[in-house]
Amino acid sequence: SRGFARRCSRGLRLPRSARAPSAGVTAFPPCRYLLCASGDFVKVYSVNTEETLRLMGGHADLVTGIQLNPHNHMQLYSSSLDGTIKLWDFMDGIPIKVSSLGFYLHLHFYPLSGPHSSVLLLVSDRFFFLWSDTFQLVSVKLTKGAGQDLESKELSVVLDGVGASVKHIAFGREGAYVVSVKDVTLQVYFFKRKLLNRFSLSTVKTKGGDNRFSCVVCHPTEDCIATGHADGKIRLWRNFHHRKEYTYSTLHWHHDIVMDLAFSVEGTRLLSGGVESVLVQWHNESSCQKDFLPRLGSPIEYISMSSDGALCCTLHTDNRITIINSNLRFSRSIQGLIKSRDVKTGLVVDPRTKALVLNGEPGHLQFYSLQSDQQLFSLDIVQRQYIHQAGLKQSDLVKVAFSAQGTWLATVEESEEVTDPELQLKLWFYSEETQSFTLNTRINTPHDNHITDMCFRDMDELGDDSLILVTTGRDCVFKVWVMVEDTDPEGKTHESVSWSCDFVGSYHNYQATNCCFSEDGSLLAVSFEETVTVWDSLTWDLKCTFCHPPGNIRNICFGRLTCSKYLIGATDYGFLCCWNLLTCALEWSAHLNIVVLQPDPLSEHIAAVSWLSKESSLFVFKPNEPRPLYIQRNLCKEKILLAAFVPRDEPETISSEKYLWLRKSQLFFLTDTQELMTLSTKSLEERLTPSSKQLAVEESLPVTPFSLLLGKHRHQQAQEDTDLGKPVVHNKQEQASPAVKELLHTPAHVLPSASFLCTIFINSLLISKENKSAEEVADEVEMESEKADGDSDEEDVTVMEQEDTSPMELLGEMTCKLSKSQEKELRKIRKMDYSWIAAF
Amino acid sequence: MAAYKPVVVQACPKLGEKITQDTLYWRGYKTPVQIKEFGAINKIDFSPVPPYNYAVTASSRIHIYGRYSQEPIKTFSRFRDAAYCATYRDDGRLLAAGSEDGSICLFDVSGKAPLRQFEGHTKPVHLVGFLSDKYRIFSGGDDYSSNLWDIPSATEIISYSEHTDYVRCGCASKVNADVFITGSYDHTVKLFDARTKSSVLTIEHGHPVESVLLFPSGGLLVSAGGRYVKVWDVLKGGQLLVSLKNHHKTVTCLCLNSSGQRLLSGSLDRHVKIYSTTSYKVVHSFNYATSILSLALSPEDETIVVGMTNGVLNVKHRKPEEKSENTQKKRQPAYRTYVKGRTYMPKQEDFCVSKPVKRVLRKYDKLLRSFQSSKALDAVLEPPIMLHTPEVTVAVMQELHRRGTLRSALAGRDEKQVNLLLTFVARRVIEPRFTPVLVTVADMITDIYQPVVGQSAIVDKQFLKLQEAIGKEIDYQEELLEVLGMMDTLFATFTKKKDTCLEENKSNGVTEIIETNMNF
Repeated sequence: SRGFARRCSRGLRLPRSARAPSAGVTAFPPCRYLLCASGDFVKVYSVNTEETLRLMGGHADLVTGIQLNPHNHMQLYSSSLDGTIKLWDFMDGIPIKVSSLGFYLHLHFYPLSGPHSSVLLLVSDRFFFLWSDTFQLVSVKLTKGAGQDLESKELSVVLDGVGASVKHIAFGREGAYVVSVKDVTLQVYFFKRKLLNRFSLSTVKTKGGDNRFSCVVCHPTEDCIATGHADGKIRLWRNFHHRKEYTYSTLHWHHDIVMDLAFSVEGTRLLSGGVESVLVQWHNESSCQKDFLPRLGSPIEYISMSSDGALCCTLHTDNRITIINSNLRFSRSIQGLIKSRDVKTGLVVDPRTKALVLNGEPGHLQFYSLQSDQQLFSLDIVQRQYIHQAGLKQSDLVKVAFSAQGTWLATVEESEEVTDPELQLKLWFYSEETQSFTLNTRINTPHDNHITDMCFRDMDELGDDSLILVTTGRDCVFKVWVMVEDTDPEGKTHESVSWSCDFVGSYHNYQATNCCFSEDGSLLAVSFEETVTVWDSLTWDLKCTFCHPPGNIRNICFGRLTCSKYLIGATDYGFLCCWNLLTCALEWSAHLNIVVLQPDPLSEHIAAVSWLSKESSLFVFKPNEPRPLYIQRNLCKEKILLAAFVPRDEPETISSEKYLWLRKSQLFFLTDTQELMTLSTKSLEERLTPSSKQLAVEESLPVTPFSLLLGKHRHQQAQEDTDLGKPVVHNKQEQASPAVKELLHTPAHVLPSASFLCTIFINSLLISKENKSAEEVADEVEMESEKADGDSDEEDVTVMEQEDTSPMELLGEMTCKLSKSQEKELRKIRKMDYSWIAAF
Repeated sequence: MAAYKPVVVQACPKLGEKITQDTLYWRGYKTPVQIKEFGAINKIDFSPVPPYNYAVTASSRIHIYGRYSQEPIKTFSRFRDAAYCATYRDDGRLLAAGSEDGSICLFDVSGKAPLRQFEGHTKPVHLVGFLSDKYRIFSGGDDYSSNLWDIPSATEIISYSEHTDYVRCGCASKVNADVFITGSYDHTVKLFDARTKSSVLTIEHGHPVESVLLFPSGGLLVSAGGRYVKVWDVLKGGQLLVSLKNHHKTVTCLCLNSSGQRLLSGSLDRHVKIYSTTSYKVVHSFNYATSILSLALSPEDETIVVGMTNGVLNVKHRKPEEKSENTQKKRQPAYRTYVKGRTYMPKQEDFCVSKPVKRVLRKYDKLLRSFQSSKALDAVLEPPIMLHTPEVTVAVMQELHRRGTLRSALAGRDEKQVNLLLTFVARRVIEPRFTPVLVTVADMITDIYQPVVGQSAIVDKQFLKLQEAIGKEIDYQEELLEVLGMMDTLFATFTKKKDTCLEENKSNGVTEIIETNMNF
């Protein structure tokens, strides 16, 4: 039972409303589930299929730690910033016990196994200093009773001045002592002897070394403490029972801070990870024997071992969990929305998959499916080895644009250097054969300075000839790129297409900032600092100019459908302007500090997000009506940087007039803290129900209640057929009797001898008229298997008969009297989850 | 988990002529054989039967050359004056030729004296040809007439006098034994049917017609005259299909290749152009020393023979097909070893273990993977890489710079290596695609090795070379900028008018907006 008591909870401040599976705590109960604290929720993943099995909500604030109950591995403790500790049955997602602890800001906790069965907590200072550094470790005695709201007030301070992070506290073998690190001090407290030993390292930074502790773990079987340091060293402490004669040895491979450490279950191997995104495995605590698992994608934040030692999992800074085999082989990864350093590309919707496209891993473009909360794929744009090292000038993706059908993708990458951005414009073609984008054209330094905006002229009806790409740059020009067909005179060998520059336009040597095509593609609007210029896309003549001084143009877009004669622009000085293209006059303007301007591709609506004194507000309007359709003040506290309309698969029925504009597409926002948010017309409960009621089907075959009913029906028909003397070939799966199932699902080493099973097996395959003998045998077997369920079954049966026969009668030809095996079947059906029906 | 990504070496697209199937095909000829004739070569005709001898008409002689002979294997010289247009019959046994005095001679290829002589033209005959029934000859003369002759009786069958100028070229249809066409200096091409009394079709070419050609199918007609080659659809009544203007002097001769897929035209501008007959675009062209008068291609395109105005016969033979000797030499593993295990289909109960695919990395990539910067730089400074693929060296330098280890990789080198480095930098720094990277490299080298300047004569010399190269480049760029400035002023004068109208437009827009603002 000691298995997982070592590392308790660990939390990570992550977006709360974000749909991204944010990282948190990982724990493997019987190596099949992975638990993870994510925002206000605890997520349960299947290790085999990587899917989210359950989402356990109930905490009112960020979940700071989760920990398996050392006495029962099917139960889980979770702690949260709202001051409660909950005990969950995570198989069913039911909270068993809630302990409210009141007013604490931070809590991480460590349930201790042992006689006193208390829970130790790391609590923030009891005074309300939000940024106070002093944290205390206190022990709390939890009452045994199973109630919903328990107050636990028995507190006793164990350690003062501990580190705030979970990584700064570790428990020794069998809970004999607790270790805490902070800055350069290591404290060890022995519970039985009530002894506190304190060890300090020198604060002097020698040779650039930084002695501060970053994490601590304890050996599971020996008295040994491993600490990680900011300079990449790992120290192994022994003999710390004595204040003077303690010893330590040093392991050094990491060149930067050691983010986390983990011992294997036996304690023979030590795993360490850091910003290098390399998992290092040290054997027998010696520095000469080590293995590496390199290129894990992004810095390692947490490392966790499963209780049986078969798997290890690392949690990365970019919101990803990697599961690694015990032989240090990459097994699989669980990832949702990858958190990138900076979303420069904006939120773009892939017309083909309707996935949200944005920066992913460094140099990659991630396609994130909103429906399944999964990353569809990651496209390597930069195609260079990423070196995880601070201070390097990395090149990254800054602009992305899709053509209307999604056949062409244009990307711009630049390095972080200010003077020489090393620009590259790449054009990718979607090949149907490989089902992915292939690089078609690469243009080095398309502009002499940073590219500010890019758009395709996307017209479905005119075909490929109309495809034009426009880029605007800070080098005061905008460039028009067209496809050039590069055919053989024969025209049959291979038709290759490449892109080249067709037109370069400029306006009074002002920097070009934004570009946008009208809906029919005939006009191009390019904003040059204060001025918006409108160009004819056929002849590239300047048609007219607009400006609304003072203030540079921040955003422009054309109206759509019935409002296509309007051009909308937002300026730095807080004006939203609407110009009429027919009269070349200002139609209306509003004083709003617009940060984001996003037109809906399927309707006339335009969403504008304003930012005023620490709150974002949303305005949805039609250009032909100066009065907005919808206003949501104080949308969120964070600054919204990007927005995107994602078309819905089918128009949603929205009763409320207020949200009618959300019928065809859904609006998503990304804030500066990289939280992805959406406007939902439903309440929180409604949204949660489908996901939280999802049930993992344990059988290897997907069994739905419908298939069971159908199977029954067919079975009866078959019986009738046999009565009539027709030979019937039975499908094996249809009559997979409990005996066969038992035979197949029981591990070989616990099965009885084959001679014993033989009769049961053969009987179960017999087609008897009455199904009597086989059923009886089957019952026996099933009874054996359901012994655990115990007595409660008896009570259910009577109720069931009344309830569940009624749907059966609908099928007709049903005998009212049920045999015992049928009752069993019915009972099984009752246990099934019917929530999926609610979806229809 | 991602695999190591090798360094991306930026390939530069090669400028200049594109290598296509056609260029490869038409380049596959040996260096030409030049044979001097007595006068301008007005006609070359290949015998349609093996061994594909060819008759060359120049001045008063007809020479017959064998395929590889540089000396004529036979000569017909019984002409009082210039001979014209010696043409083989379909079976390759008879040869007809016109002459300056207006007579047409028919020769047996194996004999010497003419078999028949057709008298009737009053002026030189520049055109002689056999109809496809083999028993009739058509001819065209400078007396504006085109005649049809019967070979057995040596009599004139019919005479057409429809042209109004010299008849200089013609061609018989291969599908219809009665049809032949003639081209004349009166700018027309006429199609005659021997069964009718007058021409069936007249096509206006627009220039004196120098050469005509019928496609084997008989449906398309090609005429050459002036600088133009025109293709006509005969079946549509002589509709112009395409007009090609690829020569800059008069086109004198036309010829189809054996497959009928390519059309060749020779011109006084010393070029032979090869067109695709599907797209009518030039797929290849040959260059010759002097103006071309006649052109012929042997069956299977084995030989191209071109006759010039100065009497030089240019003969090009096709290179023998390179039979992939290398593959024969290289011993392949036995078929059995190769196939072993490949065809095995895993059964249902088999447990498949996939073999990891071995990725082959270049040496520098292996070193970069293990972060050995100096060694990686050493690997790309080896002469074969540095000389032939400088882009690889530069790409690795760029990668090192990106990793921030370029300085340490460049440092700590001995005299020989610094010399090597500097040679490379001085030579390549002026290439625009390498300049950004190599300027940084040069900067670093000068920084690092500044203290040791003066200790080695070789290195000092290289530094001076580098300085010289950069100085030259700066001068060059300055000059370019000057030219650009001049051009700008020129362009500015051209576009002045347009600009003013834009200005007006802009001012209009702004004033309007200000007005509306005031309204608000």
